[in-house]
Amino acid sequence: MSNTTEHTVKAFDDDIGELRALVSEMGGLAETAIGDAIHALIRYDLETAARVVEQDDRIDELEAEVERHAVRLIALRAPLADDLREAVAAMKIATVIERIGDYAKNIAKRVPVFEHRVEIEPLSILPAMAQIVSEMVHNVLDAFAARDAEKAKEVIERDEAVDDFYNSLFRALLTYMMENSHNITQSTHLLFIAKNLERVGDHATNIAEMVHFAATGEYLDDRVDVSETFAPEPEEDS
Amino acid sequence: MAEITPPRAIVALLTLFGLGWAGYAAGAPPLGLALGCLGGAVFGAILLWRPAPERPEPEPQAAPEPPEEALFPTLEELMNAIDDPSLLVIGRRVVRANPAAQALLGTHIIGQDVRLAIRHPAAAERLIGDTKDDESRIAIELVGIGERERPWELVIHELKNNTRFVRLADRSGTQAAEKMRVDFVANASHELRTPLASLLGYIETLQDGAAKDKKTRNRFLEVMHGEASRMQRLIGDLMSLSRIEAERFRPPAETIELGPLIDEACQATCATLGTDLAQIRIESADKSVAIAGDRVQIAQLVSNLVGNALKYSPEESPVTVAYESVSETMVRLVIEDRGEGISPEHLPRLTERFYRVDPGRSRSMGGTGLGLAIVKHIVERHRGRLNIESEPGVGTRVIVHLPKNPPTLSSARNESVTKADAPSLVAMRDSR
Repeated sequence: MSNTTEHTVKAFDDDIGELRALVSEMGGLAETAIGDAIHALIRYDLETAARVVEQDDRIDELEAEVERHAVRLIALRAPLADDLREAVAAMKIATVIERIGDYAKNIAKRVPVFEHRVEIEPLSILPAMAQIVSEMVHNVLDAFAARDAEKAKEVIERDEAVDDFYNSLFRALLTYMMENSHNITQSTHLLFIAKNLERVGDHATNIAEMVHFAATGEYLDDRVDVSETFAPEPEEDS
Repeated sequence: MAEITPPRAIVALLTLFGLGWAGYAAGAPPLGLALGCLGGAVFGAILLWRPAPERPEPEPQAAPEPPEEALFPTLEELMNAIDDPSLLVIGRRVVRANPAAQALLGTHIIGQDVRLAIRHPAAAERLIGDTKDDESRIAIELVGIGERERPWELVIHELKNNTRFVRLADRSGTQAAEKMRVDFVANASHELRTPLASLLGYIETLQDGAAKDKKTRNRFLEVMHGEASRMQRLIGDLMSLSRIEAERFRPPAETIELGPLIDEACQATCATLGTDLAQIRIESADKSVAIAGDRVQIAQLVSNLVGNALKYSPEESPVTVAYESVSETMVRLVIEDRGEGISPEHLPRLTERFYRVDPGRSRSMGGTGLGLAIVKHIVERHRGRLNIESEPGVGTRVIVHLPKNPPTLSSARNESVTKADAPSLVAMRDSR
């Protein structure tokens, strides 16, 4: 039961541990928020949606706490090497998780739009996309807790699938809007939701990169954008 | 062999010391004292090497009985014996995690803050909050620890000195059953609503005056008849499904001859589908093959499978029904068509209720989406096996193994067979 890399100053371990725990707690909140927001959307559950919006404040609070903690840790203990990386990564990850929370809140806020829901076919694709995204967030937080660089890399690889989903959803919704002009409002909201999910996927990738950096000290060099996804690229032969 | 245990060592040393002291007190000369000591040492050694049962009565103040706690397992052993993932948390730090917890949450959690192990928001507050006296046991339902979507019940026991015992109980079984029930009800109502809506639509149109035109009226009535019979079929299928499910723990006892039953079922199927009986080839290696089964259910199984084969293969293309005895206990029934086949990604889900490879087409052919689910449940009730092999463009083979004699299976086994709705299907591709 011995910790192999214990510091002479036990309090430092406690500080780092507390910092990481706060980030993990934030992550748990954001992860639940994403899942709940999508559930609320699919089941038109206004209560859950309202709770997601409410819970976002807690994420913001925690972010401030993480920042305070990290700054104090750096100021008081002047960590070096992996300890410094850990502190900096925790701070950056907290910022990203806060963004993920915001996207979840944004999705939840759109739920009331779907009161009189018409059968929108693309709506059935959304849960599948949401599932991949939440899995990415879940796995990247696991990787963070375990300082597992390999698991972080796996998360990055999945981002492409999310982009594919987004592009196909974009196409489907566009066609749908052209066919039924009176459903444009709902379709547009769905499009924003899909976009939000896609961004969450990107943020999960960012966290994965930071986890990898904190664990190994190496930047992942393949930080190329996987085909900028604000809109599908026009087909060349058309 | 006696072991050198602390109490025995103490006894030996005390004896040595006691003898030396006695010699000294008696005013023995130094040599005698040394001899006494030596004697004590020898006696001590003898004492040490004597087997345990013959150990003389120890001096009361020197060697107390081993404490009762030593007989109990250690905390480590106790925690390892718990199958549910369990953690011991002191303050905020995880100090012990049993193997199940390490498998679920990772080996890194020991020594870490508990929020790194379980980051679910509902749990976080309870896990790090101050110990309250009024709540010694807290149970929270959680989803998504370790694996996503997996439901757990987190039970926190508050112990003394800010220590908590945290146990995760798996709830996936109950949740899966509940979800299946909810899904099923939703699906069934959806399936019933669709023909009902179209019926109502036609009735309204007829009321609006379309009834005057005889041709339109007849066409409408025909469609309405079709929709109504689809609902009837669906309700019939749902009822037989629930009947099969209700009987699933009672293995069928009747001995039935497979040959005539298959002939009968094929004839009936052809009559309902309006196909020529000649399209079906029935082959059998054995003259007489008997199984332990329920006559009505086996007929339904054959009819569903043959019906599927006929529906999804071009006209005039043969459908083969072959049955033979393959072992002392098993009979194999193979229904094979040269139809369009099913792509591998659909195979694992085929026997789910209301799962359709091509929803529109299945409905237009009058399918209820329950045919294979019924087949699966019949096979399960008969303690048989169902395999579906298919290759797009080549055809589909459904292989059913049915037992000859009523097998004696424990109900625990039955449960494991029937519990998972995912069937034992094998996606196979021909190497051709």
